Amino acid sequence: MKPADLAKEFLAAHDPNALDPLDFLRARFDAGLAWVQFPEGLGGLGLPREEQAGVEEVFAAAGAPDNNPRRIGIGLGMAAPTILRHGTDEQRRRWLRPLWTGEEVWCQLFSEPGAGSDLAGLATRAVRASDSDGDGWVVDGQKVWTSMAHEARWAILIARTDPAVPKHRGITYFVLDMTAPGVEVRPLRQATGEAEFNEVFLTGVRIPDTDRLGAVGEGWAVAQTTLMNERVAIGGGAAPREGGVIGVVADLWRERPELRTPALHDALLRLWVDAEAARLTGTRLRQQLAVGQPGPEGSAGKLLFARLNQEISGLELDLLGEEALRHDEWTMRRPTVVDFAGRTAGYRYLRAKGNSIEGGTSEILRNIVAERVLGLPPEHRLDKDVAWKDLPK
Amino acid sequence: MTELLYSDVEEELRASVRSLLADRAGFEAVLTRIESAEPVDLKLWRALAVDLGVAGLPVPEADGGAGASWRETAVVLEELGRSVAPVPFLGNSVLAVAALLGSGDPLLDALAAGSRTATLAVPLSAHQAGNWTVTADSDKLDGTVTSVVDAGSAEVLLVPTAAGLYAVDAADAERAPVVSFDLTRPLTDVTLRGVTGRLVSADATAAVGRALTAGAALLASEQLGVAEWCLTTTVEYVKTRRQFARQIGSYQAVKHRLADLWVSVTEARAVARYAADCLATGDPDLPVAAAVAQAFCSPVAVKAAEECVQLHGGIGFTWEHPAHLYLKRARSDAASLGSAAAHRAALAGLVKLPA
Repeated sequence: MKPADLAKEFLAAHDPNALDPLDFLRARFDAGLAWVQFPEGLGGLGLPREEQAGVEEVFAAAGAPDNNPRRIGIGLGMAAPTILRHGTDEQRRRWLRPLWTGEEVWCQLFSEPGAGSDLAGLATRAVRASDSDGDGWVVDGQKVWTSMAHEARWAILIARTDPAVPKHRGITYFVLDMTAPGVEVRPLRQATGEAEFNEVFLTGVRIPDTDRLGAVGEGWAVAQTTLMNERVAIGGGAAPREGGVIGVVADLWRERPELRTPALHDALLRLWVDAEAARLTGTRLRQQLAVGQPGPEGSAGKLLFARLNQEISGLELDLLGEEALRHDEWTMRRPTVVDFAGRTAGYRYLRAKGNSIEGGTSEILRNIVAERVLGLPPEHRLDKDVAWKDLPK
Repeated sequence: MTELLYSDVEEELRASVRSLLADRAGFEAVLTRIESAEPVDLKLWRALAVDLGVAGLPVPEADGGAGASWRETAVVLEELGRSVAPVPFLGNSVLAVAALLGSGDPLLDALAAGSRTATLAVPLSAHQAGNWTVTADSDKLDGTVTSVVDAGSAEVLLVPTAAGLYAVDAADAERAPVVSFDLTRPLTDVTLRGVTGRLVSADATAAVGRALTAGAALLASEQLGVAEWCLTTTVEYVKTRRQFARQIGSYQAVKHRLADLWVSVTEARAVARYAADCLATGDPDLPVAAAVAQAFCSPVAVKAAEECVQLHGGIGFTWEHPAHLYLKRARSDAASLGSAAAHRAALAGLVKLPA
C-alpha cells in the first residue's frame, strides 16, 4: 500500500477532531507516518524521502493537527538525522518520538564567541568525570546564536574533549539536557531590537556519558551530518515569481506611484531580473535533485539569497523617502520564526544584514565554491597540524 | 512544467558540435581567418549545416527540417559561443528561420537542408519590429539597412517593409562590409535600389517580431557559452600562473571573484534554458523569459569576458591570446537584439512595473 493510502487508513481509525492533538501525533509517529524515510519503529517506514509529500497532503487535507514544523525546525532538520545516523538504539527510542511530536524542543549549541566561521576552533571544554553519579562529563564554556534555547528541552552540543590534539580531532558530540544545573540562557538582542537568538552559558554542567553521540574525539565528523542536513533544510521549496522580498517592493511600487523616479525604476527592474534569475536557478537545482544529479548549484543559493535580500530591502528604504526615517517600534521581542514579508521595510533591511553572516558567511561560502567547485588552491592553513592548545588565541 | 535540464539527445548534439568546433575552429584558425579576405568559414558552416544538420533544427519534418526544437538550437549556440566560430548561424538558423517558421515558405526547406543561406535584413541591434528603412513599390525594393548580421555570406535577404516581408536575391543588393567590433561576427550595410523581391509574408511586423523575440531568447545561450569559456579558461589559468611563488588562484582576491562569476554563470544557465524552453514550447511567458534572458545574460557575458582579461593580466590584453575575441563577442552581443536596458524597459510593461 502507498504511504498516502496508509495515511488515509490511519485517519479513518484516528479522528483528528476527536483526539487530543498530542495523542494524535504520537499515534501518527507510531504508525510510521511521521517521516517515512526513517526506519520502522522510529516514526518511519524505511521508504524514500519523496514519499513523504503525499502523506503530508493527506493529513493537511484532513485538517489534522501538525507538529508546528517551523517551531521545531532544528530538531527535525538537524538533531533528528544526526541521532538517527550516529545514535544508539536506546538514544533513538528515547529522543526521536517527542522530538517529532514537538513535545520536546531542540536547540543547537555549536557557535561560540571565539568560534564562528572557524567552528572547529571551539573552546567549550568537556572533561571526563566519573563519580558516584556514574560515567559522565563536566562541561564549561559559552555558546552563542542559539535559536530556541529559551524553549528547548534538549540541545545538540559539540565540545572540546582533548585540547592536546589538532582542533578537528579533539571534539566530541553530546546531547545536553537544557534543564540541567549550570545551564544559563540569556536573550541576545540583535540589531532589529528583538532577540531571535540566545547566549548559553555552561558552568560545571554534568552530562551522562550515555548522552554522548558517536565516539569520543569523533564529534567533528558527527557534526558534519548535522551541518549537511542544515543545508538541505535551507534549500526550501519551489518559489513563485515575485515570491520573496521582491514581491513586497514590487507591490509597493505599483501601489505608490508618487514614490517613483526614473533611477529607482531601473534599479527596481535590475533587482526584479536578479530575483527572477535566482528563482529559476533554484527551480533548476530542484529539477537536478529530482533526477538524482545533485549539482554544486546549491552552494550558489545562499550567496544569492543573502545579496538579493540585502539589495532589495535597501532599495525599499530608498524608495520610501521620508518614511525611511521612521520605524514602528524597537520593542524587545522573542520571535520564533523570521517573517520578512510581515514586518516593516526597516526591519527587512536590518534583518537581511544577518543573511550573509548566519549559517556560513558569504566570504566562507565563496571559499567553498572556489575550492570545491572550481578546484582552486585551498587557503593557507596554519592550524591543521598544531595541537588546539598551542594555537594563538 | 518547464524543463531546465539538458536531455540526453541535447547532450549528444552538444558533443558532436563541440568536437567539430574543436577540430575546425581552434583559436589559431579563427584568429587567422578573421583578418583574411574570407572572414566567414563556409566550409565549417557546411559541416555544421549539412553534415551535422543543425541549420534548421526547429523546422518541422513536414517542411524538410529536423523536427527538433529551439532547445537544441540553443545548445548549438552555447557551443558556438564557446568557440566564437565565424559561421552565419545567428542570421540564418535563428533570425531567418524564426521569421519564416510557420509560413510554409519553400525557402524554409532549403535553409533547413543547408542548401541555401539567408538572413533577416534588420540592424543586429534591433529590439522591436518596425520603423522599416526599405520601401516596396510593386515588389520593387528601395532603401538601406545597416549592420545586418551574416548578410555578406547569405544568398537570400529577408527584407521587412511596410508592404510585407520580402525575399531578395542577395546578389541583387549592394553589400558593403562593415568593420565590425566583433571580428568573428561580420556585419554588412545592405542597400537595395529597385531590386525585385518575392513577398513571403504580408505582415512583416509579426514575422520580424517573432524573429527578434526568438533571437533575444536564444542569444542568451550564446552568451552563456561565451561566459562559460571565459570562466573555465580563467580558472585553469589562475591554477598555473605563479607570482610571489604561489598560484595566483590561491589569493582570495582572485578566488572570490571567480566564485562570484561561477554563481552568475550558474544563474545564466537556468535563465537561458528557461527562455529556450519557453520558445520551444510556445509558452505564454516567452516575452518575459526573453526579456529576462537578455537583461540578465548580456551583463554576465560581458562581466565574464572582462574578468577573463583582467585575471589573465598582461597576456590577456594581447592579440595573441583569445580573451579579446570573447570580450568583443560579449560586448557585441550586449548591443545585439536589444540592450539589457531596453529589455528591462520592455519588462516594465510586461510585469506591470510602470515608470
